[in-house]
Amino acid sequence: MQQDIAVIGIGLSRWGELWEQSLRDIFVESALHAIKDSGVDHIDSMYVGSMSPGLFNNQEHLAALLADYLGVGSIPSTRVESACASGGLAMKMACLDIMSGTSEIVLAGGVEKMTDVDTDGATLALASAADYAYEVYQGVTFPGLYAMIARMHMDKYGTTEQQLAEVAVKNHLHGSMNSMAQFPQKINVDAVLNSVVIADPLHILDCSPITDGAAAVILCSAEKARQLKLHPQIRISGLGHATDTMALHSREDITALSAVEKAGITALKMSGKKIDDIDLFEVHDCFTIAEICILEALGLFPKGKGGNAAASGKTRFDGPMPVNTSGGLKAKGHPVGATGIAQIVEIVTQLREQAGERQVKNARVGLTQNMGGSGGSCLVHILEAV
Amino acid sequence: MTGIVSYASYVPRYRIKVEDIAAQWGFDATVIKKGLFVQEKSVPAPDQDTITMSVEAARRAVFGGGIDPETIQAVYVGSESHPYAVKPTGTTVAEAIGATPDAHCADFEFACKAGSEAMFVTLNMVEAQQMSYALAIGADTSQGAPGDALEYTASAGAAAFIMGKEQPVAECLETYSHMSDTPDFWRREHEFYPQHAGRFTGEPAYFKHVLNCANFIMKKTGLQASDFGYAVFHQPNGKFPLRAGKKLGFTEDQLKQGLLCPYIGNTYSGSSPLGLAAVLDVAKPGDLILMVSYGSGAGSDGFVWRVTKDIEKMRKKILYTWDQIHGEKFYLDYGQYAKFRGKIRSNAS
Amino acid sequence: MAIPEYWREIKHRYKLEAGKCKSCGYIVFPMRLICPKCQNQDFDSINLSREGTLITYSVIRVASSRFVNQAPFAVGIVELKEGVRILSQITDCNINELKSGMKMQVEFRRIFDDGSSGVINYGYKCVPM
Repeated sequence: MQQDIAVIGIGLSRWGELWEQSLRDIFVESALHAIKDSGVDHIDSMYVGSMSPGLFNNQEHLAALLADYLGVGSIPSTRVESACASGGLAMKMACLDIMSGTSEIVLAGGVEKMTDVDTDGATLALASAADYAYEVYQGVTFPGLYAMIARMHMDKYGTTEQQLAEVAVKNHLHGSMNSMAQFPQKINVDAVLNSVVIADPLHILDCSPITDGAAAVILCSAEKARQLKLHPQIRISGLGHATDTMALHSREDITALSAVEKAGITALKMSGKKIDDIDLFEVHDCFTIAEICILEALGLFPKGKGGNAAASGKTRFDGPMPVNTSGGLKAKGHPVGATGIAQIVEIVTQLREQAGERQVKNARVGLTQNMGGSGGSCLVHILEAV
Repeated sequence: MTGIVSYASYVPRYRIKVEDIAAQWGFDATVIKKGLFVQEKSVPAPDQDTITMSVEAARRAVFGGGIDPETIQAVYVGSESHPYAVKPTGTTVAEAIGATPDAHCADFEFACKAGSEAMFVTLNMVEAQQMSYALAIGADTSQGAPGDALEYTASAGAAAFIMGKEQPVAECLETYSHMSDTPDFWRREHEFYPQHAGRFTGEPAYFKHVLNCANFIMKKTGLQASDFGYAVFHQPNGKFPLRAGKKLGFTEDQLKQGLLCPYIGNTYSGSSPLGLAAVLDVAKPGDLILMVSYGSGAGSDGFVWRVTKDIEKMRKKILYTWDQIHGEKFYLDYGQYAKFRGKIRSNAS
Repeated sequence: MAIPEYWREIKHRYKLEAGKCKSCGYIVFPMRLICPKCQNQDFDSINLSREGTLITYSVIRVASSRFVNQAPFAVGIVELKEGVRILSQITDCNINELKSGMKMQVEFRRIFDDGSSGVINYGYKCVPM
């Protein structure tokens, strides 16, 4: 990074089916937690990732609404969108704001209030992250798109449904140690394989849930953070951002997430790290197959060999390369716009050594990977304990 | 001479057996099968309608005849199940096969003879030298009311014919139409299922018009039943066309190649056109074919066709009608059939 | 679905009309203004062949309301003869017997309708050969 940026505050709202809380309520809840955690008395600007408040809540112009309800007066406020990677994009834009010298203390947040529409409404809203005219028109759903990736991975590399299930089992184990998780119960492989099929070969327990939730972090320059002396410093040392073809069928290799690969390479290069230097990962396991393909794209496993990652225990919180210690999207929940910021929250919690039971030992460097659509966009951030 | 320069058929892959329908209503399937001379019927897939089947049949005809679709100057689709009450079937079909924009387009409707009407008009347009190629399609996804006798036969299928003057595979030697106001079968606007006048649909309706039309056109051409290689009559069930054929002096051998109803039911506007397609699949150069359609309300169109040597060139490029009838098929039970045909009330329609 | 949105895609959905880059020969479907391979902006209009091979597939068991009447139904990615891939439903098939590598043909089908009184949306689906 041209200029070091520090994360000085983190906050989450409650996550789940929050019938009594509105979109603005849950965002403000997370932002207040983050501001309190940071100890700052003001913010200079804010960036909020939200995928589709228009379709979920009939509400656009979120930037002004949320600044208004956060009570931060007339500061510049921006809503960004990159489907399920909206939170990751808000993080990037907040960093750029500080690096440009425009703002000193910036809030990066994400929010999605998904239960104001029924399951069908949510399915249609989420589907707008795919190519509407050439994918959604034909009747395919998001589980359907990832199911086709899974089918191809199984056909090509011999990956099994059991191996997919192991990803969910591992992430639920992690979620059971996270009081913020929407689905903190432990599950086993049989439970996944016996759960209802959504889109063959994906069962409902291969899929992340529909969640209301928000997340926020407070960022400032490293220099400013030193002045504030509020927390052990967490530095953002790298960020990567890439895109891929919108339609899954346009990709030469259906199982290759090239935006993930490119964003990962860019972020590692910026931070001067190699993939082996990373102590823990929060990745976008919207479906179990996604985690497998992401680990391959990031270079943690050779192409086609990601299937055994969870089953082997390597990606458990106490394994050599812990992945999704928060419970991931699968167990912690997936309020789409909030996910990218919540991943930062988990890494910061781990780097501060405040993760309790699920604490990764000697965690110094963490990576977040946040993805939109079927891999059409990806943001990667690398965070280090200073 | 004006005639058919290319043709093709389309039969959906789903079937339901008479047994499964009869069992639903507590009737004896053996009696029904014997009475109607029908074993099973075709059922359109939930994503099929008159337009989609017309497009497939028309595409096959364009391919089979090696005809540039841009040279087709008329697209006429005859059906009693046009998907829209207002909005033409033909424009979608013409667009899909690449015949737009230089073409005339019209939808025909006359119960089960809408397809032969389209054939009649296209032949005459070409004969009058208004057009070099004209496409006629007979297609239907007909519905019989649940529990009604028509439910055993109302089925789906399409046949497409491209008329022209150059190297026809079958020349049209004569046409004749015969009609009267006879209310034997109808469906009022906004009604979902048609109604019929029971046994009145027989003698004063089907037989009167079919026999008069056939007798007249044979007299006009000076031909006897024995002069024809094949005869095809409208097939509301398996029995009527056999009885009509026999009264006119045709043998079962002349009738069976074009008698599809026992295996696919009554494809309504597709019925006698599909029968003709099945005959053309096997007919030899020089063979004469009598075709008489029937549409309730009521009327018959008669055609005398003579097969030419150019029929041979079609053979390699055609999907035979009987191969479609006996090819891969999926049997439905009554519940699946009711779902496919939109007979179940739900909140999702 | 908005009618103009449906209408302007008709050539793609009905006829599989595609663009062949005049410079590098790459085929784009649907039509685009710029070739993603060589950035050329001139294309010849071609109609794709209606035969191909199934690359991958799934069976949608939980469908959106628009497709709920058709569920469960198969979807797949099919590579047409020209190498162009399309995503479509696989219809008229036994959904339990699909396999990658199966030969497919493209048929004209109803995709969905906007209720019983709205416009019917047509397009392409694939059928095992």
